[in-house]
Amino acid sequence: MQHAMNPPGHAPASRLKDGPGPGSPEAAALDATWSDPPGLLGWLAAVNHKTIARRFVITTFCFFVAGGALALLMRLQLARPGSKLVGPDLYNQLFTMHGSTMMFLFAVPVMQAVAVYLLPLMLGTRSIAFPRLNAFAYWIFLFGGVMLYVVFALDAGPDVGWFSYVPLAGPDYSPGKRADFWAQMITFTELSAMLEAIVVITTVFKLRAPGMTLNRIPLFVWAMLVTAFMVLFAMPSVMLASTTLIMDRLVGTHFYNPAEGGDVVLWQHLFWFFGHPEVYLIFLPGLGFLSAIIPTFARRPIYGYTAMVLSLIATAFLAFGLWVHHMFAVNLPELGKSFFTAASMLIAIPSAVQIFCWLATLWSGKLDFKTPLLFVLGFFFILVLGGMTGIMLASVPLDLQVHDSYFVVAHLHYVLIGGAVFPLFGAFYYWYPKVTGRLMSERLGRWNFWLFFIGFNVAFFPMHLLGLKGMPRRVYTYQAGLGWDTLNLVSTIGSLIIAVSALLFVVNAVRSLRRGAPAGADPWGAGTLEWATESPPPPCNFHAIPVVHGRDPLWEAPRARAEDEQPAFTHVSGLAADTRELLATTVLDARPDLRVNFPDPTIWPLVSALAVTVLFIGSIFTPWAVVWGSIPIAIALTAWFWPDRAETSVHLSLERKP
Amino acid sequence: MDALHDVLAPFGPQAGHVRELWLLTLAVCTVVFAAVLAALLIALLRAPRAGSVSPPDLSALGRPEPGKRRSVIAAVAASTLLLLALIAASIFTDRALARLSTEGALRLEVTAHQWWWEVRYVEPQVADSFVTANEIHVPTGRPVIVTLKADDVIHSFWVPSLAGKKDLLPGRTTTMNFRADRDGVYRGQCAEFCGSQHALMAFFVVADPPERYAAWAAAQRRTAAEPAGDQPLRGREIFMRSSCAMCHAIDGTTAQAMRGPNLTHVASRGTLAAGALANTPEELKRWIADPQQIKPGTYMPATQLPPEEMDALVGYLQTLR
Ligand code: HEM
Ligand SMILES: [Cu+2]
Repeated sequence: MQHAMNPPGHAPASRLKDGPGPGSPEAAALDATWSDPPGLLGWLAAVNHKTIARRFVITTFCFFVAGGALALLMRLQLARPGSKLVGPDLYNQLFTMHGSTMMFLFAVPVMQAVAVYLLPLMLGTRSIAFPRLNAFAYWIFLFGGVMLYVVFALDAGPDVGWFSYVPLAGPDYSPGKRADFWAQMITFTELSAMLEAIVVITTVFKLRAPGMTLNRIPLFVWAMLVTAFMVLFAMPSVMLASTTLIMDRLVGTHFYNPAEGGDVVLWQHLFWFFGHPEVYLIFLPGLGFLSAIIPTFARRPIYGYTAMVLSLIATAFLAFGLWVHHMFAVNLPELGKSFFTAASMLIAIPSAVQIFCWLATLWSGKLDFKTPLLFVLGFFFILVLGGMTGIMLASVPLDLQVHDSYFVVAHLHYVLIGGAVFPLFGAFYYWYPKVTGRLMSERLGRWNFWLFFIGFNVAFFPMHLLGLKGMPRRVYTYQAGLGWDTLNLVSTIGSLIIAVSALLFVVNAVRSLRRGAPAGADPWGAGTLEWATESPPPPCNFHAIPVVHGRDPLWEAPRARAEDEQPAFTHVSGLAADTRELLATTVLDARPDLRVNFPDPTIWPLVSALAVTVLFIGSIFTPWAVVWGSIPIAIALTAWFWPDRAETSVHLSLERKP
Repeated sequence: MDALHDVLAPFGPQAGHVRELWLLTLAVCTVVFAAVLAALLIALLRAPRAGSVSPPDLSALGRPEPGKRRSVIAAVAASTLLLLALIAASIFTDRALARLSTEGALRLEVTAHQWWWEVRYVEPQVADSFVTANEIHVPTGRPVIVTLKADDVIHSFWVPSLAGKKDLLPGRTTTMNFRADRDGVYRGQCAEFCGSQHALMAFFVVADPPERYAAWAAAQRRTAAEPAGDQPLRGREIFMRSSCAMCHAIDGTTAQAMRGPNLTHVASRGTLAAGALANTPEELKRWIADPQQIKPGTYMPATQLPPEEMDALVGYLQTLR
């Protein structure tokens, strides 16, 4: 193996090899190699991480809009007491679909989708690991989500809550197929999440640019890495739960039937062992966004990098120790409750560390008040308030009062929207120019932010008071004269404002595709690697693989020049330009380790995903689907992994003659 | 029914302790929230403005920032101490709640059904026990121990003005206790999602001075009185021959089914259908004629009767005081 540093202007030795600068024949060859094939078939076969990620982000955003529309309907129903807008049956589908959509089809996958786009760019490599698996994960996710909405449109949407407590979700109290569709959709989306987690972990560990040692990884990447590990530990629990549930429902097992020795609390343990970390799966990437946006707009490196990384890891560990705080009302042993109270409160400390480090960063920075920074500041207000109510919920006596009341609805939206959606919107504004090559309108962005911020607080703050006044959650109506009317009306008005703001965002994003100001490679003057390449990035991300010398490579590069007369950027070259060759580096200190060949685009991940979907949907109707349905899957997987003679010979020749 | 239901307006020691803990927590959290926002505001106000072209300030690289380090460590330490204090307060409150005396308590057994509450008064003498629904009467100043059961799915028992909530789980029994210190009517509601009519699953706790409670209990122990007059007698006959008797019980008659609320003293209750309707003859008629209109999904079927039969039936039910 040999990795030549290419001096500027030096022509590469072989037409096969990659090189610097766009415009050269090598660059054209690279672009052609890493592009997805043309035509409809090519579109379906695409594996480029940016193509998949764009689809993934747009899909999750559509689910966000759909989930928001359902929420709006709920709020309209609750605007007045005794309203007849939607009956209990539809309302129960609405809140179940809203909760499931937001948690399973929006919040977790959108973070993974953004990561699939950004990680290779931030790490300075040409592809995500396992690109075909990545495509497969996307298709699975899409089919699972679409299936849920199709059955909802057919009035067979699940109606027992996104938490599907048994026995209500069991065969006796939920006849029909509604809960089965819910359980299968969970397995789909969580399978997708697990596969994405594997993709993320491998990419971060093995595909970093040379020189990007573990303590130089951008904090967003750290956040996604920690999240991916959490996914690996949390998701099996819920997949086990939903599979046993569907077995209870379809083949007559009795896991959750107390009359036959089953236990209804077992479900809650399995579900919340996943469900609580789930909240942090959403929150940690949000923290990662902040750590990317704040330094750029404060014009200085982040304060306390190491403390930040450690507190991400600490949060992940603690998050697994406090699922029981969702079950305080279930009658648990006294000592256990004290333990979970303490664990639930102490998880606030790592988050506090992060917040204080950002404050320190802002404190000594020079501030550039662009829209992404506004959303970050909105985060501070909303998330800290949500954290405070979280501390209240962690206390057993307080929780016994406000649990399952509107107070919790207020708390969870402060945390989820403050902790994930505000940072996410900031991230959309921040990275939009990288993805599209154009900037979004600042003026619309400001309107978007202020309407969202105000609408959010108008919609959700009154819910705290409603909960304290005894209003339970998940009610499709309430009676007049209980003192809840005005607050509910105000809350509905707030959610209308949020809807307007979301609409503005869509307008801004669509309009700016054509009309936005051209962005150039680095419109914000940021320091991380994704800004080193053109906007939008070429299919291969980097025509020459960068070498990293610090945590903010773009900021520190000029220093390197001053010291030893090197070009602004050092690069590695010598990888093949006409086949998908990548550089793998060592896990700890990112020294070049191997060259690996990546597979070409193929239609088989899509076909496999279709086959899996047929099996799962069939299994809702007959257990035999599991047997017969595995045959098409086996065929599709065999075709997927069948070695391609031409590809193999190229790979072999590269191995022999680098 | 005019009733109290507010976490912050407690009328018993259980809810009272929680309110104190709540006020303490709220105070601490407000201070911390204000401090963080103040720090943020000061940071925003004092920091100079920059454009995106302005070069980044790299002086922090490789140079320790001791002042900032001290502030961050101090802030984290202070937050940790405050949290530990709140954990201690929470655990003390929990212990205080566990230690509340249950001497001479009244014993109740509440069973939750989709979507109504069955309330059994368990007295040492079996003959003294009786059953009612959706309305719990208790004497003021006397602790009440409630044994909680669920007949079908999980429900949750919550009376905000008196005590926190507790789940009712099929296959398990749990208990909770509370005490009402002042007479009044306290509203409670199922807090765990339990299906179609979770929203209309309220109940009331009526706290009376001990003498008044004793009188009420004595009245509840009696079986239904023999109706006087033609119309009520005819009403009883209609009750027995329609589907009513297949689900409801009226003590002292042949109606002994347990699928719906016990109606022996239904006219003495404040509301119908777990708080869904006021207990008036008109509302009762509306309910019997078409319960699905009022509580869609409820397990009570509609009963179509000619008007004069309906009048007789409701007239009879009105005698069940
Ligand atoms: C777009 C603005 C939103 C509005 C107006 C809204 C409104 C609501 C409402 C009215 C409920 C029902 C409460 C109840 O009856 O118990 C609810 C529940 C919920 N929301 Fe949202 N929501 C919004 C966004 C979100 C987001 C972004 C997330 C997650 C990332 C989310 C997650 C949830 C969850 C998990 C539930 C609980 C569902 C359940 O009770 O099973 N919501 N929301
Ligand atoms: Cu209930």
